[in-house]
Amino acid sequence: MSAGEGRNGAVIEGTTGPWEIVIGIEVHAQVSSRAKLFSGAATAFGAEPNSQVSLVDAAMPGMLPVINEYCVEQAVRTGLGLKAQINRVSVFDRKNYFYPDLPAGYQISQYKSPIVGEGEILIDMPGGETIRVGIERLHLEQDAGKSLHDQHPSLSYVDLNRAGVALMEIVSRPDMRSAEEAAAYVRKLRAILRYLGTCDGNMEQGSMRADVNVSVRRPGAPYGTRCEIKNVNSLRFIQQAVEYEARRQVDVIEAGGTIRQETRLFDSRKGETRSMRSKEEAHDYRYFPDPDLLPLELDLAFIETIRASLPELPDAKRARFMRDFGLSAYDAGVMVSEKETADYFEAVSKGRDAKAAANWIMGDLFAHLNKAGLEISASPVSADNLGRMLDLIADGTISGRIAKDVFVIMVETGGDPARIVDERGLRQVTDSSAIEAAVDAVIAENAAKVEELKTKPTMLGWFVGQVMKKTGGKANPQAVNEVLKAKLAHVLGG
Amino acid sequence: MTDLTSLSLAEARDGIRARAFSAVELTQAHLRSMEAARALNAFITETPQHALAMAREADGRVAEGNLGALEGLPLGIKDLFCTRGVLTTAASHILHGFKPPYESTVTANLWRAGAVMLGKLNLDEFAMGSSNETSYYGPVLSPWRRRGSNVDLVPGGSSGGSAAAVAAELCLGATGTDTGGSIRQPAAVAGICGIKPTYGRVSRWGIVAFASSLDQAGPMARTVKDCAILLKAMAGHDPKDSTCANIGVPDYEKALTRDVRGLRVGIPREYRIDGTPVEIDALWARGAQWLRDAGAEIIEVSLPHTQYALAAYYIVAPAEASSNLARYDGVRFGLREAGSDITDMYEKTRAAGFGREVQRRILIGTYVLSAGYYDAYYLKAQRVRSLIKRDFEQAFEKVDVLLTPTAPGPAFGIGEKSDDPISMYLNDVFTVTVNLAGLPGMSVPAGLSAEGLPLGLQVIGRPFDEETVLRTCSFLEEAAAFKAKPEAWWRAVA
Repeated sequence: MSAGEGRNGAVIEGTTGPWEIVIGIEVHAQVSSRAKLFSGAATAFGAEPNSQVSLVDAAMPGMLPVINEYCVEQAVRTGLGLKAQINRVSVFDRKNYFYPDLPAGYQISQYKSPIVGEGEILIDMPGGETIRVGIERLHLEQDAGKSLHDQHPSLSYVDLNRAGVALMEIVSRPDMRSAEEAAAYVRKLRAILRYLGTCDGNMEQGSMRADVNVSVRRPGAPYGTRCEIKNVNSLRFIQQAVEYEARRQVDVIEAGGTIRQETRLFDSRKGETRSMRSKEEAHDYRYFPDPDLLPLELDLAFIETIRASLPELPDAKRARFMRDFGLSAYDAGVMVSEKETADYFEAVSKGRDAKAAANWIMGDLFAHLNKAGLEISASPVSADNLGRMLDLIADGTISGRIAKDVFVIMVETGGDPARIVDERGLRQVTDSSAIEAAVDAVIAENAAKVEELKTKPTMLGWFVGQVMKKTGGKANPQAVNEVLKAKLAHVLGG
Repeated sequence: MTDLTSLSLAEARDGIRARAFSAVELTQAHLRSMEAARALNAFITETPQHALAMAREADGRVAEGNLGALEGLPLGIKDLFCTRGVLTTAASHILHGFKPPYESTVTANLWRAGAVMLGKLNLDEFAMGSSNETSYYGPVLSPWRRRGSNVDLVPGGSSGGSAAAVAAELCLGATGTDTGGSIRQPAAVAGICGIKPTYGRVSRWGIVAFASSLDQAGPMARTVKDCAILLKAMAGHDPKDSTCANIGVPDYEKALTRDVRGLRVGIPREYRIDGTPVEIDALWARGAQWLRDAGAEIIEVSLPHTQYALAAYYIVAPAEASSNLARYDGVRFGLREAGSDITDMYEKTRAAGFGREVQRRILIGTYVLSAGYYDAYYLKAQRVRSLIKRDFEQAFEKVDVLLTPTAPGPAFGIGEKSDDPISMYLNDVFTVTVNLAGLPGMSVPAGLSAEGLPLGLQVIGRPFDEETVLRTCSFLEEAAAFKAKPEAWWRAVA
């Protein structure tokens, strides 16, 4: 395992030598909660504009925030999942700025004293390396509303449904060294949040967004000036944005320029980042403790109750899959990468050959899901059915080869494998007379090959193939092998 | 029948219970006196229809024998409390036409107890002022005049409308709010009683916020007993205000024993300030003497950080105000001045909507929270605040209450101090410490100045010990035997 410092990451070869990329990420994760952080208003996605707005969300005169205890619990749960320090006392601050979708003129956030402190996330790279990314902090804050600029020729409209929705801002250390690591970090964080049930991780709906800080430096040199790419909303875009931005910075520096600290936007259509505002234009947010809220104090029992209810998280599950099922590190990593995958795998492998289960999932199932663009939760082949298919292979009802066909039919019909095998007559032929007849026929038709076999015993595999073809693949390959060996014993020389 | 408006609230309550007169009769009497006193400009909005409807309902409950604690008692409401469907202005143009769709917790409590709303009382704009001269709706005139003079005087502020209305017998009692002395100073100047409860005793929900960590609502009335009755109805835990304490509300009326034997009364030596008029010092000494004569122990105490209180207050209060007032942006309610874009609209709206004093405080507050100034101003002020709080804690180890003057002088003339904000701010010198420390403080009329104007004494108590404060004040009220009333010159003007 390696931490950010002193590790060799991906390198950009510039015209003047190699450059190292340094990445830190702030993720805004919407807390899975039916009510907002400081009001009882609902948070459902896609509701009619301004239909989920309380007097508090609209910042009417005299309205006061009251903390939603469930959101606090979710933040603590997340902190524990990130192996982080839970701060027994944290403080809500006001971040002041004017914008129409920010009704109070300030966002309630946590500035100096966040609810969660230092933690870490381990990410497994395809090369087998495990990288530790430090978590600096996690704090709770309100989301803003949404300005709609396309509803009127000269005016903007405001939808406050999101205003006040609880977000967890999760800030990493600048421990990532490549675009792949950046994407892997967010993927792993998302998996942890989903395992914990504290955020649905839905980046398309905006319930998870990433601000990506990128800088470049000579390997081993101090950090360079960073640019922050705001609100990147997919793993692919994160990767593209980092790649583009790092290259841009190298080009600027090598052309004799300097990097200005600034906020940039990622244009996903053009695949490039663009300047949004410079540090000089940055707001003075005039943070100060929100006098409407008391410091948030957590008692130990509250934290321990949550700790006791934590589910098994990806790292622990991965270790268990390796230990109990003998999966390789890589296979286990793939199986735990999404909670749904892990659940699916566990359902399929229960009482069965776990390695075979993993192979079928990573092979045929993932190939199909990728092609169809489906999540595993929407798989046409249920875990139950895939398991029953494995049983049919194990008890010799079908061969592995036939199983591939059965699987395709299961994908198409969603049907039960035993029924498919019965209805389509795919049951493996174990009847020795039928196999013997086929073997006899193949031997008779291929006298020349039988001669060849005398000097080249490995040719036997070819005969097996011919017999399988003759039986439509339904013969038990083991039985075919035995019958062939017996019938050709004189040639093979025993 | 005697003039119903000259009854104390307690007497009126007893009269209603004894069915000596009806709530409608009582209300009509007050509406008549309001009509005759429009020269005082005490009300921003009179609500006679509302009042009579409420009075009729009260009479209905009286007939059923189902009486609330304030059944049928007509009150004035400072126009900082949001009242459902009734114009609520905070005496600011920026809330032009604002009729809240909700009722503040305090007023809701009052109506539940059977009280009748006569109207919304004038105040300094957003409660920022000590003379009620900053109101968009014009200054309130004090019912009091210097002996032999017809110069218009200020009623104190910011609850100037409340003080004037109570003193001129336009209502039996009124609500006030006190951020730096806004209940106690006008009460003293107008010759009535007013208590600022402990921070957290009364809900702030639905009260237009000035400085959230200092604001506290309380009653203003002509007797200590009336204040006790009103406070009981106003106070209590409110889950909608996170800073509102979950502590039971005692029966304050029972605390009014006037018995001060053995009571330890502290005289803070730092409150002897150079330039304080001799008659103020004399009044203070007289108050201490009354207490000593009645068996209380007078102990000189030190509150060493007092000299920094005013400076700290004028940093903390504007800082919070600058943030609290950001919501008045023309987007959702109140005034909107059209602009060429959103920033232009903000600027035009806020320039037109806020008066000079409010703008001054927003500027001060924004400045002290700015990057680079925060530590030197806001943070240092918060440290001073902690020290002031500790001063009081140490004093309360030796004494049960503190006795001080309420204000550094009697009412001054309209316009006399308007051009000198510092001299205006000095009016709060004896009262702001109490807000900074979150303590209960009450002003009780104790004598007249040489020119025949009321002067008040302030009693400060331990947190949530309003009972001892009220008991001490009930004694002082009796000892001072303050019976003076303003001459009703305003009736002639009408």
